[in-house]
Amino acid sequence: MSPLDKKLLRDLWRMKSQAAAIAAVIALGVLINVMMGGLINTLEETKRAYYERYRLADVFAPAKRAPNRLLKDIAALPGVAAVEGRIQGGALIDLQGVDVPIRARVLSLPESGSPRLNDYYLVDGRRMDPTRDDEILILNGFAKAHGLKPGGSISATINGEKRTFDIVGLVQAPEYLFSVAPGELAPDDSRFAVIWASEDALAKTFDLDGAFNEALVSLSRGASLPAVLSGIDRLLDPYGGLGAYGLADQTSNRFIVEELKGLRSSSTVVPPIFLAIAAFLLYIVVSRIVQSEREEIGLLKAFGYSNFAVAAHYFKFVLAIATGGALLGCLLGIFSGCGMAQLYQNYFKFPFLAFEVEPRAFIMGMTVSVLAASIGALFVLIGVFRLSPAVAMRPPAPADYSRTMALAQFIKLRLDQPSRMVLRRLVRQPMRAVSAIVGIAAGMALTVTQLSVLGSFNSSLDLSFSVIDRSDLSVSFVEPIGQKAIYELKRIEGVIEVEPFRSVPAILRNGLRSCRGGIEGLQSEPHLNRAVDKEVKPIYVRSDGIILSKALADKLAIDPGETLTIDVREGRRPILEVPVVAIANTLLGAPAYFERHALNRAMKEPGRVSGAFMRIDTAHAAEIYRTLKEMPIVAGVNVKGEARQAFQRLMDEGAGSVRYIMTAIAAIITFGIVYNSARIAFAERARDLASMRVIGFTKGEATFVLLGELGVITLAALPLGAILGYALLQLVASGFSTDLYQIPADFVPDAHGTAALAVIVAAAFSGFLVKRDVDRLDLISVLKTRE
Amino acid sequence: MDSPSLAFKVRDLTKIYGSGVSAVHALRGVDLDVREGEITVLLGASGSGKSTLLNILGGLDTATAGSVHFGRENLTAMSDDELTLYRRNHVGFVFQFYNLMPSLTAFENVELVTEIATSPLSPGEALDVVGLTERRDHFPAQMSGGEQQRVAIARAIAKQPEVLLCDEPTGALDSKTGRMVLKVLQDVNERLSTSVLIITHAAATADLADRAVYLADGRVKDIVVNEERKRAEEISW
Ligand SMILES: Nc1ncnc2c1ncn2[C@@H]1O[C@H](COP(=O)(O)OP(=O)(O)OP(=O)(O)O)[C@@H](O)[C@H]1O
Ligand SMILES: [Mg+2]
Repeated sequence: MSPLDKKLLRDLWRMKSQAAAIAAVIALGVLINVMMGGLINTLEETKRAYYERYRLADVFAPAKRAPNRLLKDIAALPGVAAVEGRIQGGALIDLQGVDVPIRARVLSLPESGSPRLNDYYLVDGRRMDPTRDDEILILNGFAKAHGLKPGGSISATINGEKRTFDIVGLVQAPEYLFSVAPGELAPDDSRFAVIWASEDALAKTFDLDGAFNEALVSLSRGASLPAVLSGIDRLLDPYGGLGAYGLADQTSNRFIVEELKGLRSSSTVVPPIFLAIAAFLLYIVVSRIVQSEREEIGLLKAFGYSNFAVAAHYFKFVLAIATGGALLGCLLGIFSGCGMAQLYQNYFKFPFLAFEVEPRAFIMGMTVSVLAASIGALFVLIGVFRLSPAVAMRPPAPADYSRTMALAQFIKLRLDQPSRMVLRRLVRQPMRAVSAIVGIAAGMALTVTQLSVLGSFNSSLDLSFSVIDRSDLSVSFVEPIGQKAIYELKRIEGVIEVEPFRSVPAILRNGLRSCRGGIEGLQSEPHLNRAVDKEVKPIYVRSDGIILSKALADKLAIDPGETLTIDVREGRRPILEVPVVAIANTLLGAPAYFERHALNRAMKEPGRVSGAFMRIDTAHAAEIYRTLKEMPIVAGVNVKGEARQAFQRLMDEGAGSVRYIMTAIAAIITFGIVYNSARIAFAERARDLASMRVIGFTKGEATFVLLGELGVITLAALPLGAILGYALLQLVASGFSTDLYQIPADFVPDAHGTAALAVIVAAAFSGFLVKRDVDRLDLISVLKTRE
Repeated sequence: MDSPSLAFKVRDLTKIYGSGVSAVHALRGVDLDVREGEITVLLGASGSGKSTLLNILGGLDTATAGSVHFGRENLTAMSDDELTLYRRNHVGFVFQFYNLMPSLTAFENVELVTEIATSPLSPGEALDVVGLTERRDHFPAQMSGGEQQRVAIARAIAKQPEVLLCDEPTGALDSKTGRMVLKVLQDVNERLSTSVLIITHAAATADLADRAVYLADGRVKDIVVNEERKRAEEISW
């Protein structure tokens, strides 16, 4: 081995703590990119494979009652690969010990074999016996939430008929990765059930012998979805077709797509910023390490080593650190990506995982690390090469304190010697101080941003569930009915306030843009469920036009004053043209509000209500739930507290858990940056400190000189970090937002306070670690070498 | 007069550090012939320009004006790369502050130079010459100042250079160790007929030189030729 390579290895060993500290920071920057890339690829690939393996339909076409022969006509449509007709309907499940009635969806399974489309995965138990009509399969998540097992039974009201069924198997289905109760935003396993029962049994219950009420269709390659949809709509129209829709609009799939989109967008915006900040630190540390080797560089030049040979040596040195860190980051990233994917497997209810990595993340991590280190080394080397070897070799350039004279005079009387040394050094090398300040501030900004995002989620929840929605529960009716139902609700003991609403499922269109959703017809001056503007003041719904949530307005690219086309999917299915009158600042979901009577007028269905928001006396809650459960018009009850919990869970377990991990990584990177700053300052000053100690300064004074500098730099970094953090939040907030919830990029004071505190703690701890090294400083060997 | 031939021919050499009011005239027109195979000692007060001159001769620094010829080649006209090759192939340095690589052992410090030289001694042989065979695996921090300086000399002579440039090689040493170092330099000069330039503050060192050059205020003030060189062992200071 050449002596230069030996020097390289020994120097790396000598600087192991510094090298490890900087490699760890770059490793984290790479890790988060590799992890997120791998996680998202794995989840997307798994979803694809799951959908494919279990033949999830591409089109869902509900109708009132269509004869089975129609299936042949659908199959004959160009672009249709396979068709399956099934019976589906709503149900209420009555579980012992659960007051709130639980909504369920029942789906039919063919008498023999597996369904052609929308197959299921049997987790536990067995398939149904085709000769029995009281056996059912039930969604695994729901069963788990309530401790139901194969062999048990369950009582359900289907189409007004209350029956008891035997549970024979627990299943998972790609169609119900997320089970979301109708009318809610967040999934909740315990409050929504899916039941599979035999086709015969359901045909009897729903009076659908020889008929189906939902067609499932898969498309052949290259088929046009809109063409197939309109073809099916045409065929089903005489049979009460409710409008065929594609997989993109299927509830569970939409959730998973939105979650993955959220994951992907937060992972395309945030991790690269982490990497950039880690790379910036790498750049700083590398240039300072190389700078401290100035004399060695001069010496090698003096011996006749060419610039190229010297540069090659130092590049090897810094690249060893950079690629070491990046490789470590890749490895750990793959591992943690797999670990995260397993966590998410539960959350998304995938029966298996198809692991995938993200090669781009490796390449980006490697390239960025190598570039940052190379550029850091290159600039310094160019500078040193410009000096003659005689100058470069001279032991530390005679310090030019002339610039500090005025300052020195000013503070001479006030400060003791060590304090003056701290100040002089800061003033003498302002660029070094500035880069250290920017580095620490950037680290703090990461933490500020991540904490702000977490904080914003909570304020989102507060805004939605306390300010926007002030009801305790909402009731939805089996179908739109007359006002009379409201009086019935008001009569229940313990009910304080009832506020009816009319909601209408519809496709909203603006030119070529469209979005499946609905119109909420609210009271003109709603009390319980309101729209609010940016200043969180209530917006009164209007009868002259629609108020759109910001998310919806953005999606449809529509502004107040323009006309929205509403393609209603209920009743006579009119197509309405209504002006948009305002934009509301909702953070959850993407609602569109209209005045209830105006909506009913437009629908030509006066006096109808779809449900009601209610405020109740919680002391009577249990009785109220029981009463509601007995009312035949009630299709379901949504308790706000439960919905809020479901949302909180969504935030914590879904894309949310990634936010916590990102926050943790941000905090570690912040610490790493502070620690690196302390380390490098120590490495550069070891000789000075030893000299101080030799001429009689105490350990404490020597430490003070070193840490005083770190302290001043840290304090200076705090305000800058706060500003950078706020700026960064503006950048990433949209990355964390999805169709389901929006992250406001507001100033979150707590986040700034906590981040500042974290930086101070990191500085104190780094100071403690470095102080131990000052105490251990081997005076003799430090002074002996290099002179 | 053509023989003996010259190692260095220095003409009107000027070196100014900095510019304007803060300009320092380190050399103010030095004229000097350094003969091949001789030992030349440079003397003069602190700040008189000795190190500056030596650095320019060694290609470590560039002159502001004037010329330095090494044999046929004009150092002052050389590019950076040519100077690098010149240092690599022709010059051995011994610095006042040893300048060893702290992370390399004695042996490896010498090896650092033999690696890139054309016909070097082996690092072992070079350490043998300075009597440090048994310290070859020690790091600089484990050696005394004199030992470090002898490693530096081993490093300088290992490449068998044509000229050996030594800046106060005995400055930090006691007279016994200093004599030992000087003896090594004298041996090298005699055995390999290397031209040796030594900067020193010890006037007695001049006795072992063929020629003693006195610098003052950036100029050559005097040159004393010794008819008879003393042996290093005979010198004391
Ligand atoms: N890089 C530099 N920048 C400015 N001035 C310099 C520089 N190097 C040397 N000088 C000045 O040039 C003059 C000659 O310096 P030089 O080092 O050659 O002296 P010297 O004779 O070797 O002294 P000593 O015996 O103390 O080593 C001195 O006045 C010195 O201050
Ligand atoms: Mg000198």
